[in-house]
Amino acid sequence: MSTKTKGTLLTVFTWFLVLVFFFPVFWMFLNGFKKESVASSVDPSFFFEPVTEGFRSAFDRGMQGYLMNSLTAATTATVIAVLLAIPAAYALSIRRVKNVEGALTFFISTRFMPLAAIVLPLFMILKELDLLDNIYMLSLVYAAMNLPVTVWMMRSFFLEVPFEIVEAARVDGAGLYREIVRIVLPLVLPGIAAAALISFIFAWNEYFLSLNLTSSAARTTPPFLGSFVDGRGQFLAVLSAAATIAALPVIIAGWVAQKQLVRGLSMGAIK
Amino acid sequence: MSMTDVDTVQADTATEPRRAKKSDLSTARRLAAPAVIFLILLTQVPFLVTIGFSLVRWNLLYPNDRGFSGFDNYSSALSSGDLGPSIVATVVITASSVVLSVIFGMIFALLLDRAFPGRAIARTLMITPFLIMPAAAALIWKYSMFDTNIGMLNWLSRSLGLPIVSWGTNHPLATVIIVLTWQFTPFMMLILLAGLQGQDKGILEAAQVDGAGTWRTFTWITLPHMRMYIEIGVLLGSVIIIQVFDPIAILTKGTGGTKTLAYLLYERAFIGLDIGQAAAYGVVTVVLTLIVATIALRTLFKVFMAGGSR
Repeated sequence: MSTKTKGTLLTVFTWFLVLVFFFPVFWMFLNGFKKESVASSVDPSFFFEPVTEGFRSAFDRGMQGYLMNSLTAATTATVIAVLLAIPAAYALSIRRVKNVEGALTFFISTRFMPLAAIVLPLFMILKELDLLDNIYMLSLVYAAMNLPVTVWMMRSFFLEVPFEIVEAARVDGAGLYREIVRIVLPLVLPGIAAAALISFIFAWNEYFLSLNLTSSAARTTPPFLGSFVDGRGQFLAVLSAAATIAALPVIIAGWVAQKQLVRGLSMGAIK
Repeated sequence: MSMTDVDTVQADTATEPRRAKKSDLSTARRLAAPAVIFLILLTQVPFLVTIGFSLVRWNLLYPNDRGFSGFDNYSSALSSGDLGPSIVATVVITASSVVLSVIFGMIFALLLDRAFPGRAIARTLMITPFLIMPAAAALIWKYSMFDTNIGMLNWLSRSLGLPIVSWGTNHPLATVIIVLTWQFTPFMMLILLAGLQGQDKGILEAAQVDGAGTWRTFTWITLPHMRMYIEIGVLLGSVIIIQVFDPIAILTKGTGGTKTLAYLLYERAFIGLDIGQAAAYGVVTVVLTLIVATIALRTLFKVFMAGGSR
């Protein structure tokens, strides 16, 4: 077999595997546009007349409210995490804290703390303060959940800033604030954007804390989706439509930022 | 990257003029303080409280019967026969999902490392399962893939003349592992792909010239180079999957050997309202995570202190 045929075969094989792997997502998308009876038929239909019935009934179930809560929680959490992470990451890179490893270990060990280990006290405290089912309280918890990754990731970007630039600014008598905001921040803006995006994705997709710390007013999208489990009758089309809407923002964000994704997932270890 | 590479990089960074002055240090502490305090308040303090909870007798159904109970919650966790199976479920689910997603991740990384028509699109499609909301992914698999009547897996079985499989009833553990593997394969693929692309192409060509076949080049040159990336993938993946909750809540509700520690805690606390007992499970989860995380940290630091690998 010639090298060229081999290459073509390998390409076909690769594409076959990729499409098989992607199929559940494609199928979700397709089912969202089917009539309920078509989506739930025993023999799957690949060709059908698309309808928006599923999407409409998802919104009839009040999905926009859950989406708004998800948006509020993910955005607030990301803003808090980024604002706290910028000075911390700066301290851990350009101005070195004496015990860098100690500080970094602290941040990372917090990341590794299972949510299960902290959910009970948070639940009891919020219950005492009558703050359960409050979207801003959930945002605060999400900010804490995302802060370690944000710090680590930003630090890896800050480390790339040539030290001469910072030093030159200091020689010119730039104060600390000026040094950070005017000199360093513009250079690491792509890194901050990437870290913010990762933080947003994690908060948007989070299920466990939202399930336990909210009930109705502040409930986000994942537990709303989870409530389909107790459904009766045919609901695959509306479920697929709702899942598509819920997943789409993060899918698009991830596609746009895929170059930065690996860095975020490895907390800055891999570029 | 081999160990010798790490050492060279380390030597390089050490000569950089980043010596800290005393005033620098106090500034740095002041800058890091808000983040540190925020995290202590929202994570370390609650964890200490969890330890406290685990030492008291406290069921919200019997609010008047509350008091210090020492290690009763732990011993009853052991004697009730819930804890053991739950640790087993957590370890089995974590280990199999991580191993499978590393294997599939490696296969996809190798296939996508090669230039071929539409590579960028293939890569984009591949990362989608990791981006999709985990709750949505579990639901889609449960109803449109695993379902006995309308699931695509059984449609495939029927089309091929194979017997119908009741995935949800007879293979709950498999469904959880399949969904987790599907979600984490892209995660592993991205990390491993970064490793493959950081390979020295010259060495690979030299090996080809010397007549080493594809397989030998892979096992002798690529795999050793990839070791660090595989380690990062395995450790980060384990630490995340060990706390897994979403697919279990949606696919199995903890039946058929899938009751992980996170799910057990949820059941005991938010359905059984037994705060003390649930807290004990929380503490056990942390201990289990600590074991994995300690190993993870050591590896991560090896990479980070080298200034990251390219």
